[in-house]
Amino acid sequence: MNAHIAPESSQAGSTQVGPVLVVDGLVKDFDGRVVLNGLNFTLAPGQSTALIGANGSGKSTLLKCLIRLIEPTAGQIKMLGRDVCALNTRDLRSFRAQVGIVWQRHNLVPRLSVLSNVIHGVQARMSGPRAWFQALAPAEVRAEAMACLDRVGLSDRAGARVDSLSGGQQQRVAIARMLMQRPAFILADEPDASLDPQTGEEVMALLLSLVRENGLSLLMISHRLEHTLEFSDRILGLAQGRIALDLPTAQADAAGLRRFFDHQEPA
Amino acid sequence: MTTPTVPTTLAPPPRFSHRSIPEYVGILLVLGLVISCLMATAPALDKLSRGIARLFAPSGMLMQMFPPDFSRIVPIGWKLLETLQMAVAGCFLGLILAIPFAILATDRLSPHPLLRQVARAVIALFRTVPDLVWAIIFIIIVGLGPAAGVMAIMVDKIGFAGRFFAEAMEETDVGPQDALRAIGASRLGTIVSAVFPACLPSFTATSLFALEKSVRGSAALGLVGAGGIGVDLKVAFDLFNYDEALAIILLMLVLVIAVEQGSGWIRKKLI
Repeated sequence: MNAHIAPESSQAGSTQVGPVLVVDGLVKDFDGRVVLNGLNFTLAPGQSTALIGANGSGKSTLLKCLIRLIEPTAGQIKMLGRDVCALNTRDLRSFRAQVGIVWQRHNLVPRLSVLSNVIHGVQARMSGPRAWFQALAPAEVRAEAMACLDRVGLSDRAGARVDSLSGGQQQRVAIARMLMQRPAFILADEPDASLDPQTGEEVMALLLSLVRENGLSLLMISHRLEHTLEFSDRILGLAQGRIALDLPTAQADAAGLRRFFDHQEPA
Repeated sequence: MTTPTVPTTLAPPPRFSHRSIPEYVGILLVLGLVISCLMATAPALDKLSRGIARLFAPSGMLMQMFPPDFSRIVPIGWKLLETLQMAVAGCFLGLILAIPFAILATDRLSPHPLLRQVARAVIALFRTVPDLVWAIIFIIIVGLGPAAGVMAIMVDKIGFAGRFFAEAMEETDVGPQDALRAIGASRLGTIVSAVFPACLPSFTATSLFALEKSVRGSAALGLVGAGGIGVDLKVAFDLFNYDEALAIILLMLVLVIAVEQGSGWIRKKLI
C-alpha cells in the first residue's frame, strides 16, 4: 500500500449517484485544543467506509459532530442532502432519525426486554407511549421489530431481558434497534471493540450485508485491521485532526495500515 | 517450592499522612464545637439518674403502663387503619408528584437551568420544614382530620423522594439516553424509555422506605389534630391512662413492623 489518494478524488467501490456526505472544512476544538482541523471529504452512497486512526485522533468526535451530538466549531456538513449545521432543534431530530448509530457499547436499556429495546428504534419516527415499551406498541410495530430481530438472528430471544444476553447478542440487538429506525446512513463507532474475534466478525459481516443488500451507506470506526480490510470499500485515515489517508480498500494492505497507525502519517 | 521474597530497600509509607497546621486547627475547632454543644445541651448525669429512678418507681409512669389495657382495641384498631390509610394515600400522592419535581431538578433532564434551580429549591423547602409544621398549615387550610395529615405526608414525601429520585436519575448510565437522543427520540421518550427502567430498583427502594417513614410519621401527625392514632395516644397521656397508651404504642409497633416486613418482601421480589 503506497498510494495516498486525495480525499476528494476517491470514489472507491461505488456507483455514485451523488454524495451522501460532504464534509467541508470541519473544525472542532475543545477549549483551544484542536481535535479536528479542517476536515474535507465526500462519501458516495452505498459504500462501506472505514475510518481509522490512533486513539485520540478524533474519530469518535468526527462521528458525533456529523449528527451534532457534539457541536462543530466551524465548517460545513451536508449529509443525506441536508445542511446539518443549519438545522434547528426540530429538524435536527428528524434528521437524526435517518442516521443509525451502532456504538462501541451497545447502549441498550438493560432491565428491559429485547423486543422493547428494538421497539425504541421506532422513536425515530413515532413518539408517545406506543414507542416506549413493547406492551404498548401497535401490532405492526411489534411485527416490524420481530422482522428486525429476525434479520440479526435473534427473534427467538425477543422476550428475554437484554442483560441476560452475551455481548455479541447485545450488539446485534443494538443493530436491530438501528434497523427499526429505517436509516439511510449508518455510523458505527468500533462495533467490534468489545467482542471476541468471531462475534466481532459476525457483527461486521452483518453491517456490510446491510450495505450490500439494503443499499445503505456505512461509515465505521475499527481498530481491527483485518476487519477494516475485509468489510470496507474505502479507508479514511485520521491523524493530527486531518484526513491523512484516503484510498480504496482494494489498494490497501495490513502492513501499510499498521505503518499508518504506528506513524500516523500517509502510508 | 516457594518463591523467595525479594528484599527491598524502600521503607513502607508512613502510617499517618502529614497534616498541615491549618488542618490541625480545623480538627481542634470541630472538636471544640462538639464539646461545647454537648456541655450546653446534654443532660446532667445526676438529673438523668434521678429521672430514671422516678420512671421505675411504683407510682412511676413505666409501672403504671403495665399491664397494657387492650379494652378499647376495636376503636384503636379503626384509628390504626385510618393511620395506615393516611400514610398510603399521602405517600402515593407524594411519590407521584415527586417524579416531575425530580426530573426538573436533574442536571441532564431539566429543560432549563432556571427551572432546575426552582425545582431544587422547592424540594429543599419541602424537605426542610418538619411534617408537623406542614400538618398545622394544612389543618388551617382543610380543617382538622385525616385530610390535613394526608396533605402533610404528601408534601413531606415530595421533598424526601424528590431528592432521592433526582439523585438516582443523575447517577444512571447515560449511554442508553444518548443512544435514544441520537436517533431523535423526544425528551419524554428518552426519560420514560431509558431513565425510568434504569432507575426502577432505586425508585422502588426509595418508595418503600418512604412508605415505612410515612406510617411512622402519620402516627405523630395526630398529636396536632391531623387525624390518625396520634390523637388517641395524646388523649391517653393527657388523662394519665398510661396502660392504654402502652396498648396503642404496642399496636403501632405491630403495624410498623408489618409494613417494614411487607416492604422488605416487596423489595426482595422487585429489585
